[in-house]
Amino acid sequence: MAKDDASAPTNLSRRRLFQAAGAAGVAAALPAGTAQAQQRASATAYVFFNPAESAFIEAAVARLIPKDETGPGALEAGVPNYIDKQLGGAWGAGERLYRSGPWQQGVPSQGYQLPFTPSELFRTAIRAINEKTKFSKLPQKEQDAFLDSLQKGREDLGGVPSNVFFESLLQVTIEGFFSDPAYGGNRDMLAWKMIGFPGAYADFYEYVDKHNVAYTAPPTSLAQDARGWIHVHVVRKGS
Amino acid sequence: MATRLPETDVVMLGVGLVGSIVGRELTRAGLEVVGLERGEPRYTVPDFQGPAMHDELRYSIRTSLMMDTAKETYTFRNNAEQTALPIRRIQGFLPGMGLGGSAVHWNGQTWRFHDSDLRMRTLATERYGKDFLGPEYTFQDWDVSYSELEPYYDRFEYLLGIAGKAGNLRGRKVPGGNVLEEPRARDYPTRPMKEPYGSAMFRKAAEGLGYHPFPAPSANMSEPYTNPEGVTLNTCMFCGYCERYGCEHFAKSSPQTVVLPVLLKDPKFKLRTHCQVQRIDLDSSGRTATGVTYVDAQGREFEQPAKLVVVGLFALNNVRMMLLSKIGAPYDPSSGNGVVGRNYTYQTTSGVQVFYDESVNINPFMRSGACGTVIADFVADNFDHAKLGFLGGAYIGEVLTHGRPIEFHPTPPGTPSWGSAWKKAVVRHYNHTTVVNVHGSSIATRYNYLDLDPTYKDAWGQPLMRMTFDFPENDLKMSAYVTERAAEIAKAMGGKQTAGGPRRRPYTVTQYQSTHNTGGTIMGAERSTSALNRYCQSWDVPNVFVIGASNFPQNASYNPTDTVGALAYWAADAIVNKYVKSPGPLVS
Repeated sequence: MAKDDASAPTNLSRRRLFQAAGAAGVAAALPAGTAQAQQRASATAYVFFNPAESAFIEAAVARLIPKDETGPGALEAGVPNYIDKQLGGAWGAGERLYRSGPWQQGVPSQGYQLPFTPSELFRTAIRAINEKTKFSKLPQKEQDAFLDSLQKGREDLGGVPSNVFFESLLQVTIEGFFSDPAYGGNRDMLAWKMIGFPGAYADFYEYVDKHNVAYTAPPTSLAQDARGWIHVHVVRKGS
Repeated sequence: MATRLPETDVVMLGVGLVGSIVGRELTRAGLEVVGLERGEPRYTVPDFQGPAMHDELRYSIRTSLMMDTAKETYTFRNNAEQTALPIRRIQGFLPGMGLGGSAVHWNGQTWRFHDSDLRMRTLATERYGKDFLGPEYTFQDWDVSYSELEPYYDRFEYLLGIAGKAGNLRGRKVPGGNVLEEPRARDYPTRPMKEPYGSAMFRKAAEGLGYHPFPAPSANMSEPYTNPEGVTLNTCMFCGYCERYGCEHFAKSSPQTVVLPVLLKDPKFKLRTHCQVQRIDLDSSGRTATGVTYVDAQGREFEQPAKLVVVGLFALNNVRMMLLSKIGAPYDPSSGNGVVGRNYTYQTTSGVQVFYDESVNINPFMRSGACGTVIADFVADNFDHAKLGFLGGAYIGEVLTHGRPIEFHPTPPGTPSWGSAWKKAVVRHYNHTTVVNVHGSSIATRYNYLDLDPTYKDAWGQPLMRMTFDFPENDLKMSAYVTERAAEIAKAMGGKQTAGGPRRRPYTVTQYQSTHNTGGTIMGAERSTSALNRYCQSWDVPNVFVIGASNFPQNASYNPTDTVGALAYWAADAIVNKYVKSPGPLVS
């Protein structure tokens, strides 16, 4: 297999460091900002979620994309903050969602057919969940079993079938993990660094035909200034 | 009460790919053209510039450049026994909205159809007999042959500056190009794009199995190019933000980068944006269009009188406009009569993933929308179908278009969909996986069709269009056969594991497959089985021309845009050189 590492900006990719090192090595390989990121993960100022809702969301995303030996998870990446801003914004209010009735449930191939906007859907389903369980207080194993039952089940969560809610929750969790940090998740681009995605960077002309090159330049965010600082629209004092 | 505007020679519905080309051709011929666009005006600068354009959430996931489905959408069902329900969030296919239309956010894969696609009924009957497929299959001839369309393909490809390598120059086979293509008069205007690593591994594997790999023809530029309109495109940077995005580099051919800079300076062309056309107006005979009625952003209604109406909307909306305007008899699947909405077809796609060792860096983010290596050995009628029991085919290729991680995070079969095991698999495989794509034809049947929905309406109170579609048996057989060939190539590509399978029923609108919705205002030789004649002119109202993928009587193995562009030049030529000289039906 042809190697062309010499043509890459540096010889050892951050991704490889992740793969080679254990958890301690991972922390060492991350830029200084990430250690702070882990500490402030729950210090987000929520504008949409109430405390009962955020307790569920923080606990749930930590199981959907957990912190493990591959690196930080959705909680450390600030995904609850991302979901909060999405649900409180245009998308949560039903942007680009066709909302005329009559409402009826069809077959799965016809897609989403509920009258709820995303913010209504989350609020309704989480209320029903919180009425039946203290999810955030459960042991991880029971949390996983509960999430599994949401995914596989058709239980009625205040009008929202549990599988519909679960799919929405998983989708926004993945979005928050992998979208630009400008949206409040993927803090310090940690998810991009974990997989080796260069983000908003735009020019690979010189690399594309250098086959099997280990591309190692750090990623770029939309919200990055010339010093490399990422400006996210919600910053809590002292965070 | 509508305000009546001064009459124009031509009113153009939609200013996308078709509207830009036809607008240019008709103004060049001296006609006054008003272009009505439902969306916003938008330009490479400032609208498509980086880094803001490189936002996967905004453009891929929230579909910012696409039709606003809060205002208008389609209803869908798999068959006539079901109740069609609105596609409340557009995911399965992506109609564009705004100046430039879907040709702003396309990938740029630019293919010519085969004569066996265009004359499918005649040539399939000659080769396989009259009753090879059952009577439910309504595929037919376009009444235009490949040799007639060739100069128009050529013109469109030189407008766009397509990067590629000819494999058949006037019958002379050129190794390294697509030797199985129809003859072309001259080579592509620009050299092929660079070959990424995954494509190179595909090439080697396909060659080893005796196939004929070649570089996919691309509207992402391999080098700077100045087209016959005098507009210059730049070299593609392989940024990995092509489909669903506008190109910041002026490196993807789109109306904005190939023809609008010239057209919009022409005083004979008047662009009006945020104009929602409600209907084409007919005179009391119902045989002549008098113009169109549209509503502007403030809700004011206008009547734009015109001598000629050209419809160049997204394919599905071409069909809807004809139905809303009551031009041509609506298709009725129970009797098989009627023409508008008939032969709605799609694209039959599948894929095989190849998972590699961690020593293999695929770098999926170093790609463009149309770079890759492909084989045409199972395209159209390039292979013998006699013992296979189906018609049509597919191209197979490594045409990975991007590595944007919300959309692309492949995991091997058996991986849970969340949790630590999922996360570990994503991290392990993200940079070490590629996909072999299978892009296949869609045959017309009596049961797949388009009509107006009886229940759901758009924001202007007009009925939505209803789609009734599922994959025909013929196409499931085709997909099974060609995907198996793709899997053989994938296995020879040196990975540790491959995964994938053929397309299966039901068709679902929740998973992106292709934006290639075709048929519904099909062209043909008989007014009883086609809405348009061979010049894309309505049989019923001769001063209405309809141009788009809605004109395809069935869909081919290849992507539709090259043929849509060729039809735009073909129809414009007929309008300028035949219709204007003697207005009336061009085919009696």
